[in-house]
Amino acid sequence: MDIEFAPQDEDFRAEVRSFIEENYPKHLVGADRGDLSKEDFLAWHKILAKKGWVAPSWPEEFGGTGWTVTQKYIWNEESASFGTIPPLPFGIGMLGPVIYTFGNQEQKDWVLPGILSGETWWCQGYSEPGAGSDLAGLKTKAELDGDEYVVNGHKIWTTLAQHADWMFCLVRTSSEGKPQEGISFLLIDMNTPGIEVKPIITIDGGHEVNEVFLTDVRVPAKNLVGEQDKGWTIAKFLLGNERSGIAGVARSKKAIDRLRDIARAELEDGKPLLDCGAFSRKIAELEIDLTALEYTELRTLASESKGQGPGPESSILKIKGTEIQQRITELTMEAVGNYASPWVPQLDRGDNYLAIGPEHAEGVSQTYFNNRKTSIYGGSNEIQRNIIAKMVLGL
Amino acid sequence: MDFSFTEEQTLLRNMVQSFVQDNYDFDSRMKIVHSDEGMSHEIWGQFAELGLLAAPFSEEMGGLDGGPIETMVIMEELGRGLVVEPYLPTVVLCGGILNRHGSDAQKEAHLAGIIGGEDIWALAYSEPQSRFNPADVLTSAKADGDGYVLNGTKAVVAAAPWANKLIVSARISGDQRDSDGLGLFIVEKSADGVSTQDYPTVDGNRASEVTLENVAVGADALVGAAGNGLALLEEALDHGIGAVCAEAIGHMKCLNDATVEYCKTRKQFGVPIGSFQVLQHRMVDMFMEYEQSVSMTYMVNMKLSEGEAERKKAAAGAKVQIGKSGRFVGQEAVQLHGGMGMTEELNVGHYFKRLTVIDTQFGNVDHHLKRFAAA
Ligand SMILES: Cc1cc2nc3c(=O)[nH]c(=O)nc-3n(C[C@H](O)[C@H](O)[C@H](O)COP(=O)(O)OP(=O)(O)OC[C@H]3O[C@@H](n4cnc5c(N)ncnc54)[C@H](O)[C@@H]3O)c2cc1C
Ligand SMILES: Cc1cc2nc3c(=O)[nH]c(=O)nc-3n(C[C@H](O)[C@H](O)[C@H](O)COP(=O)(O)OP(=O)(O)OC[C@H]3O[C@@H](n4cnc5c(N)ncnc54)[C@H](O)[C@@H]3O)c2cc1C
Repeated sequence: MDIEFAPQDEDFRAEVRSFIEENYPKHLVGADRGDLSKEDFLAWHKILAKKGWVAPSWPEEFGGTGWTVTQKYIWNEESASFGTIPPLPFGIGMLGPVIYTFGNQEQKDWVLPGILSGETWWCQGYSEPGAGSDLAGLKTKAELDGDEYVVNGHKIWTTLAQHADWMFCLVRTSSEGKPQEGISFLLIDMNTPGIEVKPIITIDGGHEVNEVFLTDVRVPAKNLVGEQDKGWTIAKFLLGNERSGIAGVARSKKAIDRLRDIARAELEDGKPLLDCGAFSRKIAELEIDLTALEYTELRTLASESKGQGPGPESSILKIKGTEIQQRITELTMEAVGNYASPWVPQLDRGDNYLAIGPEHAEGVSQTYFNNRKTSIYGGSNEIQRNIIAKMVLGL
Repeated sequence: MDFSFTEEQTLLRNMVQSFVQDNYDFDSRMKIVHSDEGMSHEIWGQFAELGLLAAPFSEEMGGLDGGPIETMVIMEELGRGLVVEPYLPTVVLCGGILNRHGSDAQKEAHLAGIIGGEDIWALAYSEPQSRFNPADVLTSAKADGDGYVLNGTKAVVAAAPWANKLIVSARISGDQRDSDGLGLFIVEKSADGVSTQDYPTVDGNRASEVTLENVAVGADALVGAAGNGLALLEEALDHGIGAVCAEAIGHMKCLNDATVEYCKTRKQFGVPIGSFQVLQHRMVDMFMEYEQSVSMTYMVNMKLSEGEAERKKAAAGAKVQIGKSGRFVGQEAVQLHGGMGMTEELNVGHYFKRLTVIDTQFGNVDHHLKRFAAA
């Protein structure tokens, strides 16, 4: 057992740190994810793509970096501590691995470069009104008509579909047998006639998710990934990857640092809130939980590097990671006291807008409200507990 | 021992409940919240007609002579409707201060305007640096001839955009956090030197930063004795706590009912999600938090008229309970609704947001734990 970094790892850290500092777009330093345009989302992605660093998790032959587990870990830490806007998960984290694992050569050739370059924006069309936790209950139907599928159905909660060029979509191609058996994994061009995207506004006032209606959408049969009716395996493979990326340890560390800065600036009876025992103990507790999660994640990474894929244990990372993120946002909101309640939507600010209260209070409540999603999406935390109960404990 | 409501109190509850049901459904509420004004003067006028704005005032003033229990009944029902109209600052906080401590002349001058619905009041007591300590006051009140000149900034003053009158805490003497030396002053919002920066708050209400620059007020603006303002203010805030506790149990009740109903009808894996035992237990916990909150709300509202020490301890304890329970119930209601719970379209998120603000209003859990421990 050993967690020291070797000298060459420290060199690597210096290299990536100075690359980030020198190349990260100035106007996006400290930017709030809620306010980003499509170009903003992609700006850093495109810089990383040029450098060849956009997909460290991929095998080198498909465009990965060939970094060791330790190097990837350092990369995540440095990116988080600088506060970069990470490349969107839908292409790099979700679809890419599906394509290089299950796709045919032609699909690899046309899908992977677009993901890497940031040219193609993907969204995830899994959930439906009737199929949330019970994903296999999905009803969106795809029927083969010549060399095209005709797709009809209704997807919901589709993140950032308003910007998407393409959607990877779970569709029902058969209603025989168990519900899991008739599902297929289809790539759909969002510009195809018959697709309508409708915004859903969330409780933080943001437009992040959408409904996607599909009416007689014609999709070339060659856009099927893997075999027809065998999409469930792919769907679950993707969910396993989604889960393990979700722990967000490095970003939570950064968020705790920021919380501590805020608590230093906020006063209670003239003294920094951070010097108030009760509050600093709450931060300490969070930090301890995060340390435990960090080591749990490192143990998972270490076993992955020995060739074991992310197992049901990755559900621990999802549950604990999101609980910690939620507690950080909650405590940050608590730290700013009365100034947690002002809320001037971006659109209503006008030219003479004066910030209300201290700058660090801006948006903390919205972040708290928005983060309630993390225990719901990516397989809710109840579902993750069910997975551990069944797959790990054998109940 | 008796926890039952009198016939009048039950009638009052029924009246407010049916008014809210008939005139303040969720869609109407959201229309009001999104309007330029952010509140409905029509609804406010109807409150006046129903006598709600008169509830706590004496009969000779034209009131109904109600106490904290009547306020509690009203606030709970307003809570169920997520009503944004400023009952709390106008009637409970400022009306309460005037009623308990105003001179005859002040009552004469101001209560009729509250009861009739002509005036809206806001209590400007917190400051950018004060966090939850009402004694932490930098706003100064300098004696000037017969009157005073006020200077300072007040932070996140609820309902101030709508108000035409303010009660402002200001320091007549002493240092920044001294408990002696404060005064509570009646200030017309239109007075020279008063300016506001108005904004919405996350719970669908409105608030302002209020700046006072050489605002001259007469001696008759001071409520109570000079230097004794903190005692009056703390008492008012404790009454405010009694009221928001009641509002919060209204929210929690609605959230719990909505969640149970949703879990009975929402099907996943071929069964209602309410059949999953983990969710059943979660809803049982929500239910227990609600019941504990009801108990503490009754407790505090029965003790508001007792001695100062007992009142303070009761208010601190109740606020801790409501803060914790409100957070739990709000978060779990969203969680159990899944993605739907995250949408602006559903009322669940709005109850959750109001409960979140209530947790901070008049001091959060940590603040009142400390206050309770010291009491
Ligand atoms: C902000 C956000 C972004 C999203 N982005 C995407 C996206 O890009 N693409 C996409 O396809 N989907 C996306 N989703 C959808 C997300 O995956 C679903 O919301 C999630 O799977 C839960 O489904 P549901 O909302 O239908 O809730 P339901 O499944 O109806 O669950 C409601 C409640 O019941 C609980 N529950 C359900 N089944 C069980 C059980 N067996 N045991 C115990 N408890 C149970 C749940 O945990 C939850 O608390 C997103 C959701 C959100 C909120
Ligand atoms: C100190 C002590 C004093 C007692 N005194 C008395 C007494 O005076 N008279 C008497 O008759 N009995 C008494 N009991 C026995 C007690 O009633 C039983 O222990 C109890 O009913 C649990 O039964 P069990 O021990 O068989 O556990 P089990 O029923 O096997 O339960 C094991 C665990 O599973 C949980 N569980 C079981 N069923 C469910 C379910 N449907 N849903 C969710 N969780 C479930 C339980 O909560 C428990 O955690 C006593 C027990 C103790 C520990």
